[in-house]
Amino acid sequence: MAYTVPRPKLTLAEKTYLPALIAGLGITIRHFFVILSGRKKVTMQYPDEKWDTHLPPHYRGAPTLVNDDYGRERCVACQLCEFICPPRAITIKPGEIPEKYLWRKVEKYTEVFEIDMIRCIYCGLCEEVCPEQAIFLRKDYAITGLTRAEMVHDKKRLYELGGMMTGLVNKWNEKK
Amino acid sequence: MSDLLIGVAITLLKTLGLLFAVILPMVSYTVYAERRVSAMIQDRVGPNRVGPLGLLQPIADALKLLLKEDFTPAHVNKFYYWLAPACAMAPSIMALAVVPFGSTWFGQPMVVANVDVGVLWVFAVSSLGVYGIVLAGWSSNSKYSFLGGIRSSSQMISYELSLGLSVIPIFLICGTLNLPAIVKYQIENGWLISPIWLKGVSFTGINFPELIGSFSIWKFLLWIPLFLSFIVFMVSMFAETNRLPFDLPEAEQELVGGYHTEYSSMKFALFFLGEYAAMIAGSAVIVTLFFGAWHVPFLPTAPEQLPFWLGLLLGLVHITAFFLKVAILLFFFIWVRWTLPRFRFDQLMRLGWYFFFEIALVNILLVAVILAIMPK
Repeated sequence: MAYTVPRPKLTLAEKTYLPALIAGLGITIRHFFVILSGRKKVTMQYPDEKWDTHLPPHYRGAPTLVNDDYGRERCVACQLCEFICPPRAITIKPGEIPEKYLWRKVEKYTEVFEIDMIRCIYCGLCEEVCPEQAIFLRKDYAITGLTRAEMVHDKKRLYELGGMMTGLVNKWNEKK
Repeated sequence: MSDLLIGVAITLLKTLGLLFAVILPMVSYTVYAERRVSAMIQDRVGPNRVGPLGLLQPIADALKLLLKEDFTPAHVNKFYYWLAPACAMAPSIMALAVVPFGSTWFGQPMVVANVDVGVLWVFAVSSLGVYGIVLAGWSSNSKYSFLGGIRSSSQMISYELSLGLSVIPIFLICGTLNLPAIVKYQIENGWLISPIWLKGVSFTGINFPELIGSFSIWKFLLWIPLFLSFIVFMVSMFAETNRLPFDLPEAEQELVGGYHTEYSSMKFALFFLGEYAAMIAGSAVIVTLFFGAWHVPFLPTAPEQLPFWLGLLLGLVHITAFFLKVAILLFFFIWVRWTLPRFRFDQLMRLGWYFFFEIALVNILLVAVILAIMPK
């Protein structure tokens, strides 16, 4: 069935478009003066102002490895993160912890732990799957490099970015 | 013979001074202003990195445009392709030749060519600008450019008539086409845009008989058609300078830049400069016709009657006042651009042919009648 679109009846003033025109000019000049006077700031001056302090606590930045309160590398080289990583960005080569070392009973540590940041998709599955609370996504978001090799974070760099994290469950401590 | 040489030298000096010391810097800073103002209207920041507040941005832009590859596509008509940018740039600068941009300075009248056909020269020359666009659109051998060129010509036939007709009331009132003479009329009888004129009021005191004598019902009556012709002229000027809401030949969103799609480097820059120079020329003409050109109310108007240094200063004040008025109008141009959407070109032709043409005609009649019954 034919349907007639109801058109609003315009008054003579509206037909000249002048009131709407002037109202529009009013709106734009108001925005102009609000921004000019600096009463409202919309834009973040990016390289000068960084996102760092504005990020939410659950932000997923670069994955990193952490030490705990005892200075122990938390990673036990179980390789779960390597297996779950969707883009296969993580490479782990496990090794045996030497006899004399304090945390000998943990048995395994990583000889090589590399995350290829070109492949990483910041999904956070590695953090979720980790049974040792060893890998965390931190707030670093501007991961750049001049070569592909530079974009592969090795173990040293990962611990550098991760630093120490306190308040985690320490299941490898001696029982009282 | 030496008088002639001196005359030529002075004219040359005025031309070069106007062009390189005022117009070209003004063009580049209008582009800067356009970007900053548009940014602020849209709650952005705009260019603010090069120099303090981004004030050196035009220089960086010019450098970039000069250093870019000047690419000529293979299938263009080379002769017209090269001619078009010059055709777009030259008319707007030529139009400025007859505009009085100051009173006198060092005893010289501040107008490059004081010719009696003044306004006719402006119309004749500035409408040549459309050839640059049409030639560019046609010679580029590209669909988008071609559409831009076609739109430009259709646009021209719809606004030129009302542009010309809308200023005829001014000639009826002033009785001359000479722009300096029109300015002189406005100094004596008040700016054409204002219904009242505080004649006799100056910084030295108030001359009451003159002040009272300057109010008259006829001036109010004349103001109505003059205001109408100001509106028509202003809107036609927007169309003439291809500014939004009438930037049909460019139409970035539909025509990918329109007539200058195929241009790069300095040839593109010439189109760009031409467009902004046309804006300045248009504003200068509006200021001259309606806003009393360089005249500042309540200040003396003849620097040559004052002591030398004071006269020099006053001359400078007049020149500054002129370009300040132009700058305010330019701001208005920019403000409108970032407020109104683009007209379709049938809407523009409708506006030009059905409304402004008629309004301008009736306006002429109105002024003629008022002038006929007005006591001398």
